[in-house]
Order: sequence, then structure tokens, then C-alpha cells
Amino acid sequence: MVWYIVRRILQVIPVFFGATLLIYFMVFALPGDPIIALGGDRGLNPAVAAALRAEYNLDKPFIVQYLIFVGGLFVGDFGTSFSGQPVSDILAQTFPVTLRLALLAVTMEAVLGILIGLFSGLRKGKLFDSSALVVSLIFISVPIFVTAFVAQYIFGVKLGIARTTVGAGAPWEDLILPAVVLASVSFAYIVRLTRTSVIENLNEDFVRTATAKGLSRPRVIRVHILRNSMIPVVTYIGTDFGLLMVGATVTEGIFNVPGVGRTLYQAIIRSEGPTVVSFVTVMVIIYLVANLLVDVLYGFLDPRIRYAK
Amino acid sequence: MPSNAPLSPTHFVAPLDETPLVAVDKVQVAAKPSNLYLDAWRDMRRRPLFYVSGVIVLLVIVVALFPTLFTQLDPRACALSFSNQGPSAGHPLGYTKQGCDVYARIIFGTRTSLSVGIIVTLLVTVIGIIIGALSGYYGRWIDAVLSRIGDIFFAIPYILAAIVIMSVVAREARSILVLSLAIGIFAWPSTARVLRGQILSVKNSDFVMSAAALGVSHFRILLRHVLPNSIAPVIVITTIGLAGAIVAEATLSFLGIGLPPDVMSWGKDISQAQGDLRNNPMTLIYPSIALSVAVLSFILMGEVLRDALDPKARARR
Amino acid sequence: MTATTVATTPGTGRDKGTPLLDIRDLHVGFVTQNGIVPALNGVSLTIMPGETVAIVGESGSGKSTAAHAIIDLLPGTGKVTSGRILFDGQDLAATSGKAFDKIRGNLIGFVPQDPMSNLNPVWNIGFQVEETLVANGRAKRGKDVKAKAITVLKEAGLADAEIRLKQYPHQFSGGMKQRVLIGIGLSSRPKLLIADEPTSALDVTVQRVILDHLATLTGDSGTAVLFITHDLGLAAERAEKLVVMYKGKIVESGPSLEILQNPQHPYTKRLVAAAPSLASRRIQGSHRERAALDQVVPDAAASRVTAAPVITVEKLTKVFQINTGKLRSQPFTAVDDVSFSIPKGTTMALVGESGSGKSTVAKLILKLESATSGSVTVGGKDINKVSGRELLALRRQMQPVFQDPFGSLDPLYNIGSTIAEPLVTHRVGSKKERHARVLELLDQVALPTTLIDRYPNELSGGQRQRIAIARALALKPEILILDEAVSALDVLVQAQILALLTELQSELDLTYLFITHDLAVVRLVADHVSVMRQGRIVEASSTDEVFDSPREEYTKELLAAIPGTGIQLGV
Repeated sequence: MVWYIVRRILQVIPVFFGATLLIYFMVFALPGDPIIALGGDRGLNPAVAAALRAEYNLDKPFIVQYLIFVGGLFVGDFGTSFSGQPVSDILAQTFPVTLRLALLAVTMEAVLGILIGLFSGLRKGKLFDSSALVVSLIFISVPIFVTAFVAQYIFGVKLGIARTTVGAGAPWEDLILPAVVLASVSFAYIVRLTRTSVIENLNEDFVRTATAKGLSRPRVIRVHILRNSMIPVVTYIGTDFGLLMVGATVTEGIFNVPGVGRTLYQAIIRSEGPTVVSFVTVMVIIYLVANLLVDVLYGFLDPRIRYAK
Repeated sequence: MPSNAPLSPTHFVAPLDETPLVAVDKVQVAAKPSNLYLDAWRDMRRRPLFYVSGVIVLLVIVVALFPTLFTQLDPRACALSFSNQGPSAGHPLGYTKQGCDVYARIIFGTRTSLSVGIIVTLLVTVIGIIIGALSGYYGRWIDAVLSRIGDIFFAIPYILAAIVIMSVVAREARSILVLSLAIGIFAWPSTARVLRGQILSVKNSDFVMSAAALGVSHFRILLRHVLPNSIAPVIVITTIGLAGAIVAEATLSFLGIGLPPDVMSWGKDISQAQGDLRNNPMTLIYPSIALSVAVLSFILMGEVLRDALDPKARARR
Repeated sequence: MTATTVATTPGTGRDKGTPLLDIRDLHVGFVTQNGIVPALNGVSLTIMPGETVAIVGESGSGKSTAAHAIIDLLPGTGKVTSGRILFDGQDLAATSGKAFDKIRGNLIGFVPQDPMSNLNPVWNIGFQVEETLVANGRAKRGKDVKAKAITVLKEAGLADAEIRLKQYPHQFSGGMKQRVLIGIGLSSRPKLLIADEPTSALDVTVQRVILDHLATLTGDSGTAVLFITHDLGLAAERAEKLVVMYKGKIVESGPSLEILQNPQHPYTKRLVAAAPSLASRRIQGSHRERAALDQVVPDAAASRVTAAPVITVEKLTKVFQINTGKLRSQPFTAVDDVSFSIPKGTTMALVGESGSGKSTVAKLILKLESATSGSVTVGGKDINKVSGRELLALRRQMQPVFQDPFGSLDPLYNIGSTIAEPLVTHRVGSKKERHARVLELLDQVALPTTLIDRYPNELSGGQRQRIAIARALALKPEILILDEAVSALDVLVQAQILALLTELQSELDLTYLFITHDLAVVRLVADHVSVMRQGRIVEASSTDEVFDSPREEYTKELLAAIPGTGIQLGV
């Protein structure tokens, strides 16, 4: 297990440098200027532009810019946002909110998705299964910002049982609706994935042998089918963190959740190029760390991986 | 042989006429030749879902190619005097806040979504197949290098990457093509991974070794034996990926960083309607429905293809 | 014909005492879209307490379905449509759900076919043994169950049971896994043990040790065994009573020896004649008699031995780098200093168990892998020193036929294109000539020419191997490398293919390198034998010498492990 974790960490390091370098290279190489973009259609005073360039180190060679950035990361300096606030300060305020939202969403999608997928798989071809398949396809097809508006309209405007925007301090009860929206797409994928692996595991030899050993049906389902079906689901949740991050940006923006996503959302809307780059970089790092954690969890779930040669 | 020895009382022999012997390994074949793709095609034609999704996909394509067949109205002819007016004769879905015809804008927005979907899919498929095939088939250092590059691109979720690109790129450079490139350039690793995995399992087949033992060149084996036997899952994820690209375009347009102002898009319309959610929700709902139905049709098509092409999926039905 | 045999009550019932298991007129079907497809058509058999009964049949005969029907383990669509399964007086066909939990594991144990897939990979061995003991009320959770689990593993023949408990299935060899499964199957001291091809996935030497152990365990506890196998020799060796199944029916049943020595039903006769392990004993007679008996090997070997070698392998060595999982790799010698040569027109068998390196030798000879050192000379040229056109010319002389009939043909190529591929690759003939050659080849391997536009998935395993042979012959090679080419086939089909190969050899003066794990088959086809173990050739000699007076201990072990060797047929 130790070797497995060490190997995973060693694999993440080049990916981390590669990904951050890639982002910086894109910003550097693309035909366009984040500083000029700041001025919008009016354009920017050349002196102001030069000052801003110096402030964001945009006047230095590419590799120097990159090294300054990466060096900063290791001392907790993620750069400065357009409003002049250090990105790390903004993160300190917003990250806990996003973490709570994400935890709520992932818990909901995992628990509900696995349960519904399990029942669906066990009742293959029955009414419950067919309905679950249809509903999940609809959830997959409706983009998250549409889901967000529909949820806002139905639960906020029509029924009036939820607030359409999140209040100060982002209390848990206000986060429920955004979390449901955020969870919707992945929930549907988890239902389908769990169903698939349950059906496949039902036909596994070891499941038949477990029954032949004299185990009761509930125990066979719990210990041998459900447990094994969770392995691909965990892998999926790991890779899905990317989608979750994009979803969080849109959802937090629409529900006005004071998290990392909303900060990025507003920077995008206001065309604050450098801030966008900083926050996307932060999200990529979060994504890599989350994936590393999921890989470790995966190792715990699957001994073949843990002891893999 | 001493077959005349007396049999023990427990020795049972079934009468021959009950179980007539059949020649060993007799050749019996079905009426029509069949292989994976012929079978898949036959299977698809039996499924109602194939026709449902097929008709919608066709409709989307026709609307995108010939929008004027569906509306004579100019979607850009907006008049504030019509702002947020409900449906009326010739204007079945009413007007937006700016007084544009909702129906006409939806019709003309189709081309944008489909164009982005197709360009992204082409890009992703070409890059994904080349990289996946090379790393899966040739292995060793080629695989090591290409897989690490794939890991790096995979580490940046493609919509986030497109957000960065579109935020940085000069405003006047924005176009459908640039947006498609921005989405596609980071979306290929999943295609490459799927193909690589598939090739790894196919390339050790005995028929590949037989071809190699014949002296067929590596590249020809890849092209003629390995790829055709590995491509089925790629067809499936490409179809579903097209839906993903349409969603990505809508998301970026919704965020206001996708397309130049004169290009119509469902995502933009949804974005512009969000302020009126309380008063006039339908201007938001109609383009949302168009978007979701287009996405759903490609996802359904992907599902039908998966069910037909993957024997395991067929058994799960 | 001895059709005069009175059809006694199927499965008999004339033994004294009451049977433990009494199956009466059992019908089982599988529900499909086109109605119920029958799998068992009126099967009746009895097992007395403590008795071992074997069901023998080819794939598709319904033998596994019968086993699964007894303990209600038929796959989802399988249904018992009529008949009774009386176990200790209780009708199992009418029992279901929770009531069955008390019978499975507790009164009837089960040992499955493939040890690789029958243990859950995510739980350790201890967990899987312990849950069985708890479920069957043999132990309570806690220390008690751990101690009992250790006893179970020790009985099953795993020495260091305490450590093994904490390990996972993937850390076990196939033989060890099967020991665990046997331990689990017997852990509750059931009255009946159903063993479904328990060792067919294992090497012969391992198979023998495990079956001996199983026999001791069940003998000691007085457990009756229902043994399912495709191997007539194995069945006769292990069971007192044989039940021969064919197409969902029992065609013959009775005392094992009597069935082997005096088979009555034409199907049983076919099986006895084709079973390689049994036939190999019969071959001991004169060559002429042997040829007359089974028509398998024309006697031509003697005249060929003096011919010059067409293929010579010298000091062939292959070292792989194996990943250890700790960021380093280790060298592993798969083929170690192997030398042999094969005279023209003869067959040399390369025999070895899994991991012996025999298939790597095939790949090195075919230049599908490059050798670390050593040489392979074909027609006077070292294949490692040629490339380009010369290599292509060498490839024409030497073609492979591989094991897996389902993997040896590209599923997307129709039969015509498959057989024509060698001709196209080597630019032989015009399109029309190639077509004619394909037809000729189909004829040569005794397949109808109408198959030309068909795809491999429409054919059976044996037919696919015929196609693979036709493709290999397309370029008129001198040498065929047959890598386990008949190992995956049912015995009757196997016998057919072996006959075809010998016929082609005498007709086309072919040289064969016959790679196999099955020593029994070797006797039927080979002139010379080389026995491989851990990458080295431990014994090489003429076939008769190896069989009659093996020098190496390992060879003796392999020979002794051929099932049914001890059985004297009434010849």
C-alpha cells in the first residue's frame, strides 16, 4: 500500500508541473492580451496597461513568469486578483464554502446513485429499472445551468420552499438546493454505472460460489455484489471532479454561493483574464489532489491495485 | 473388443433412437453472414429508440443546414416594442426581452450548436485515435510519452481549459472555429484512453500474431486488424462526446465568453433570459428545451450504439 | 450391437440402502425470446451415501446444468420444468428461497470449475472462509471462527494457514485457490459434494495432487461426490460410477470400469476411442494395430527419422524484464539455453506445464519476439540475421496455428479473406488464382466451400481451427508451429483435427513443432518429445522412449499424472 501511494504521488508530480506549465503556456502563446481584454471594448491607457503588465509579471519572459508562479504556489502565494486582493485570501474565505457544497453534492449523488443503481440492477428490465434509466438519461442531457434555473423557478419562485440565492455565511439549509443541482448530472451517471456493474457482478462466478457456500441472498448482495460494484463508481467520482468543478462554477454563480466557483464565475463575466487563470489553476490543483485521494481510496477498496506489480 | 461380456445390473444404456448421434462438428450456419458490425446494424434496426433518436438527430441536422425552411423571420429583427410579449400568430413562442422572436432564434441557434459539436468531435476523434492507437499498439517509450502527455491534458478539465483560452484570446478572434478548438484541444484524452485500453486487449490476440507471422507490416496490422476490432467503443463515446461538446458550447456562451456578438446560440439566449426568470420564464425554458432535446438525441443514439456494439451491454438490456 | 440390453430403470436403484441423491426424470430449460430451450431432457441418476459418481460429457452436453440444477444455482433464465430431485428425502426441485440456504453449503458442498474467478478478489481468504463457517452455523464470530478457518485451510493442504488467511486471492496460485475452494466446499462436512470440473484449469501434476487430496478428505468423512468432467479417463479414475451425457440426456451409466472396457452406446464408444489419455495406452500394441484401431497416426514416422533437420534451434535464450512494483524491474529468464532440431517430415512435441516457456519458444522461432541470445536456423538461414525480403521468404516456410479457436481468426474478416490474407501479403497469384486456392484449401481441411463469405463467429471451435490450419497452409510452408492448437477442443473434435493434421503431414510432407501441455495427445502425434520445465529442456528423446522409459523424475511425474493411465482397457 505504501508503495502504491508513493507511486501515485510520483506520478502526480510531473502531471502537476505539466498542467500548470500548459496553462501558462496557453496564456503566453495565445493571440490576445489579458490586460487589453480587461479594458473591454473601450481599450486601456497604455501607461496603465504597462503598469498592470509589470504587476502581473507579464513583461518578463515566459519561463520566468511560470517559475515565479510555481515558486509562489509553494509558499501559499497564488497571485493577486484584479481587485488587488491576494488570491490566497480569497481562497481562505471561499474554499470552505465550496468544500461544503461539494461534500453535500458528492454525498448525495454517491449515496442515492449507488442505492438506485443497485435496485435497478437487481430488478433488471422491471418498471423501476426502466424508469431509473429514463430519468437518468434526462438528467444527463439537461445542462447544469438549465437544471439550476428550473430548480430555482420551481422550488424558489413557484413553490417558495427554497431561497433562490444563498444567504450570508452560506448556511447548510441554503446549500441544499444548489447541491442537488450540482449533484444531478453525476447522480445520473452513478446510477447507470452502478447498475452496469451490479448486473455484471451478478453473473460473476464468485457470486454464484458465495450462494453455493450457503450465504443468504441479502448477504451475497451486500458483501459480494454491492462491495465490488463500488470500485468503478469510486473511480468515476474521481474523474468526475473536473465536471464537478465546472458545475460548481455555474451553480455557485447562479445561486450566488460565496465560494471559489462564484469568484471564478464573476471573473469570467467581468473578463478579468488573470484572475480567471489563477482560479482555474487553483481548480486544477484541487482536481489533482482530489484524484490522488480517490486513487488512495481505490487502493483500499481493491487489493489487486494495492498489491499490484 | 469383448463386447459380449455380461453387463452388470446397474449398467444402463439409453435406446439409440432416443438420442440419435450427430456427425462430430457438423457445419451449421445461419441464413445471413454475420459479424460484429453486421449484427449491430441488424440489432439497431429492431430498436424503436434508434428511430426516435435518429429522427431527432436528422431534424437537428436539417434545421442547422436549412433554417429558412422552418422560419421566414429574421432572428435579428428585434424591436423593443415587442419586449417579453407572449405568443401570437406567426410567433408561436413569443418574444425575448429585446423583442426578438424566440422561435426564430432557436431555429437559427441550431447551426451554432451542431457546428461546434461536429468540429470538436472531429478534432477529438482524430487526435484521440492517433494518440490512442500509437500508444496502445506500439507501447514502450511511445506509450510512456504519449500517456504522460494525455495525463497532463486530462488534468485540466476541458471546459475549464476552454474558459481559460476564451478568457485570454482577443475578443475579435472569437469565432465558432476558435471556440471549437478551445474545447477540443483538451477533450481528446478520454478517447485516446478508451482506444488504448481496447487496443491493448486486441493486440495480443492470436489473429494479430498470425498476421505478424505472415510478415504483414506492423502498420498494416494496426490499420487492417487491430483498429477495426478496437474502434467500436470509440464510436460510442464519440456520439456521446458530440452531446458533451454541445453542452460545453452552451455553457461557455452562457458565461458570455464563447462567441462573437453576431452569432446566435441557445446558451446565449438562456443567459440573456435569466434576469426575467420570475416574470417571463418561458423565454428561458424554450431554448433550454431545444438544447436538452438536441443533447438527449445524441446521448440516446450513443446508448443505442453501445447496446448494439458491446455484447456485454446487449446482455444487460 | 448390444441393443438387447434391457433399459433398466435409468440410473439404477438396485444398490442396497436408500440413495442420498435421487434425481428422477429431470427436465431443465432456458427461457429465451423464442420460448423455452430445453437443456436437460429427462435425466435420472442416483448417488448412494459416500459414493463417487462422475458425469462425463462434452461442452453443451448439459453436465454443468445438471449440477447447478441440484443446488438451485441455474443462471437467471434457467428453470426446472419437471422432475424431482430427492436429496435425503426432500424434493429440492420444489424447494427455493430461504429454505435452500440451509441446504447449500451445509448439506451439499460445491467446488466450482475455475479457481481464478470463484473467489471474490476484494476480500481476503480468511474472510471468505470465515463467512462460510458463520453462515452454516459452524462457528461464531470472533476467535472461534478464526481458529476453525485455520483448520479448514490446513485440511485443504495449505501449510502456512495463519499467514494465508490475511492474503488475497490474487496472491495465490491457481492450485492454492482451488485448495481454498475445496476447503470451503467441505468446511461444513456436507453429505454431498458437487465438484464441477474442479481441476480442468490446472496443470496436470497439480490436478493429480489436488484430486488425491480431495479423495482422501471425502473418503475420511464419508462424503458422497458428484464429479463433473469432460475427461473420460479422469472420471473413470476418480469415480465408481460413470454417467455419460450427450445433448441433455444420459446415454449410458454404470460401473466405471465396465463402461470403459465394454461401452455399449455408440456415443460412449466414440468417446472411449477418442480419449487421448486412454488411447495412449492402447498405442502400446504394434504400430499396425494402433493405426487400425483409431486411424489417427499412419505409420510413417520410422522412415522419416533419418531426414535432415529443417529447423534447428541452438542455445535459444529469452530474458524478460519483469516489473516488481517497486519502481525497479527484475530479469526473468523465460527460455533458458534451449536447443533442438526437427528432421523433415516429422513431428516434435514440446511439452510443458504453464510457465515452462514453451509458448515463448514458439514466438522466438516465429520471430514474433526477438531472442536474447541463441539462434534459430530454418532452411539453412538464421532467422535472427535476416530481415526484409529474406525474412519474408523465411516466414513463408513456417506458419503458426494458435490455441484459442476464438482468438485465432479476425472476427471482422470473412473466411475467404482470412485464408487469402497470406496470399495477398506475399503477392501470390491473381485475384482469380487466389480465389481458386482458397477453395482448394477449404477442401483440404474438409470444410464446405460455401463458407467462403461467412464470418468466424458463425463457426464452432473445431471449424475455426480448420480455417486457421487452411490459412497456415496457404503459402505451402514446410513447417507448422502448432501452439496448443487442439488444447481448447472437445475430445471428439480434437481427435478429428489430430487426424487431419497427420493426414496433411503425410500428404504434404510437413514438419510439425507441436507445443502442448497435454502429454496424452503427444503419444498420438509426435515422433520426438522435448519436455520443458522452467525455461529449460529437461528431457528429449523419441516418443516411445519418453513414454516407456522416462529418465527424469519430472517426466515420470507428468506421465503418472495423465488421468486414466492405470486403467486397463479390455484390449
